[in-house]
Amino acid sequence: MTSGKSNESGMRRIAIDPVTRVEGHGKITLLLDQDNHIQEARLHITEFRGFEKFIQGRPYWDVPFFVQRLCGICPVSHQLAAAKAVDQLAGVDQLTSTAEKLRRLLHFGQVLQSHALHFFHLSSPDFLFGFGGDPLRRNIMGVLEKYPEIAMQGIKLRKFGQQIIEAITGKRVHGTGTIPGGMNKPLAPDRRDALLTEMTAILQWSEQAVELNAQIHATHAEHADFATMPTNYLSLVDKNGELELYHGGLRARYPDGGLIFDQFDYCDYQQILREEVRAWSYLKFPYLLQLGEAQGWYRVGPLARINNCDSITTPRAEAARKQFKAISADNLVHDTLGYHWARMIEMLHCAESIQILLNDPGITGADLVAEKGGRRHEGIGVIEAPRGTLFHHYQVDDEGIVTRANLIVSTTSNNQAMNESLRIVANRYLDGQEITETLLNHLEVAVRAYDPCLSCATHALGKMPLQVDLVDTEGALIHRLVKNSDGRLNG
Amino acid sequence: MTQLKDTIFIDGKAIGFTEGQTIMDAALSAQVYIPHLCHYPGLTPSGNCRLCVVEADGRMVAACTTAAREGQQVSNNTAELSAARKAITQMLFVEGNHICPSCEKSGNCKLQAMGYYLGMLEEHYPQFNPHRALDASHPDIFLDRGRCILCGLCVRSSHDVDKKNVFAIAGRGADARLIVNTVSGKLGDSNLDVGDLAANICPVGAIMFKEHGYVTPIGERIYDRQKISDVALNEHVLEQKGDKAR
Repeated sequence: MTSGKSNESGMRRIAIDPVTRVEGHGKITLLLDQDNHIQEARLHITEFRGFEKFIQGRPYWDVPFFVQRLCGICPVSHQLAAAKAVDQLAGVDQLTSTAEKLRRLLHFGQVLQSHALHFFHLSSPDFLFGFGGDPLRRNIMGVLEKYPEIAMQGIKLRKFGQQIIEAITGKRVHGTGTIPGGMNKPLAPDRRDALLTEMTAILQWSEQAVELNAQIHATHAEHADFATMPTNYLSLVDKNGELELYHGGLRARYPDGGLIFDQFDYCDYQQILREEVRAWSYLKFPYLLQLGEAQGWYRVGPLARINNCDSITTPRAEAARKQFKAISADNLVHDTLGYHWARMIEMLHCAESIQILLNDPGITGADLVAEKGGRRHEGIGVIEAPRGTLFHHYQVDDEGIVTRANLIVSTTSNNQAMNESLRIVANRYLDGQEITETLLNHLEVAVRAYDPCLSCATHALGKMPLQVDLVDTEGALIHRLVKNSDGRLNG
Repeated sequence: MTQLKDTIFIDGKAIGFTEGQTIMDAALSAQVYIPHLCHYPGLTPSGNCRLCVVEADGRMVAACTTAAREGQQVSNNTAELSAARKAITQMLFVEGNHICPSCEKSGNCKLQAMGYYLGMLEEHYPQFNPHRALDASHPDIFLDRGRCILCGLCVRSSHDVDKKNVFAIAGRGADARLIVNTVSGKLGDSNLDVGDLAANICPVGAIMFKEHGYVTPIGERIYDRQKISDVALNEHVLEQKGDKAR
């Protein structure tokens, strides 16, 4: 934490830099007046990636492996979203049965390992030790020490997801696998058999993780109004309205549960989504076009998916979904901390789905590549990544070279929601208080609920705001030059 | 030391040679590996990459272009030469745009394999980040000059084996670059064919087939299974049997 006085107004600025136990680098700033009343609370994304720009000029078949380097946690999601777009570019509309099963299995492994990582490694310390627990123990090492069984279950769950990824892509992180129109190798029967031997424990631990979240909710009444806010929700659902992580139509709901749209073809996403750029963050602010910038922001990710779907195809996760939805008298659960519970329901769904796919005789089939059709100039792939709906959109020229790329990454969609959550928590818990580490951790808990991946999400090249500070050897500011998102310079 | 007829000594090991053989030929025939990137069995050597430089009778020479001489004392596997070879490999990396993590050639790339062989853990030198044109005008093959190491294998194979003369190296020194011998300079206007040796010989990811990204799974690529030294020695054996070149 750093604290400094703003010269112009006499107000005090507090920065949490970096925000901890999230992926990527960001900071939270608070602006307080002399009586410690919150004037402003913001999440700033301070790193810049720019993949949208430097994928331009590359061959389209390179794209899935180029863009998966966006992230070390969810590279599979980026690879799969890009692969779906690349299939279209290669003229393939329908994969072989085995290829689609392999991609789905790969995706379930990805979501399972990412969700396990987030809950057990990053967020469980907040709940097991309390938001104000000793900061030196409020981490996975502390959990290992005090709750070794829970910690080890989390570590093994993540490992299992990574083993699935490795079996299909050759590596636990940044492997290969998808090729235009299919997959590059079958799943070896001995790998399948080895994974199946672990299923009983994986299912049991996933169910226990759901139950742990239910217990946390039941025993911490204060969680129910922690950054709770009615919002719009966006996600894919399958054609029957069931939870769908790999492929489906877009569904959005109003805060009261009413449908904004349903089964919308994601290839037409530009008709319903826009992105706004603000000067103080590298992260864009998407919104639903029909509701406008002010009202059109929405949430994505586990909470949105569980709120949006009508049911879940796998029985244990469906029972867990019903239990979760029952905590709200309304149609939807708006608790921001409900993200964690929803995330574990999805992890259970992934575990059940993995078991089904591993027992499917077709999963070890050898018919992996569909016949290509005519090359197309545009491809759009959308997938439900662990953190939410992920859009990959590419345009290519006649020679197959990418001319334009647009990525709307899950964390980007939650940008406004994270800032709103910060504002609510800051006003609820910090306003007028003497600021302490415990109170500041409340802000991080609010951001952490969304499992933001900040390194995935920052690509607004050419629009990025920039601030250059010239300081003397004592650290005093001599001159500041600021480039706004419209390119104007102030200084 | 006793001088044997038609024998050179590489790191003290006596190796026979025949008239007209280079140090490289003699070494490979004896299954002794001298690191190289631009040498290829059956093609005229060019001495471009300098990785095969050895110390022969007190002089630094390229093993691929220097004739073996009776009684020659050659130092190959020394700390000094290994350090120099690593430095050359690092320079080859920084002079181009070799982004292994997203390169289709990764695992099948001789430059990458050489880096591993020489224990290269970082690039050491500042990146050039050159702007070099990518040519995707050919229907089946594309040319990514950013990855070209100017080994000249495509030039020689196209001229000597394919008899097409599709490629050439133009410019000198830092301006040297791979060009296509067509009026437009475009690969699409050449008669390069996917079956040509020139289309298949690139040791890095500069000449690649279009729309075939990442078909070979991790674990099944050439250098996932073997070191570059073993692959090179095997290539030589195949060439001696007449199975190599095409």
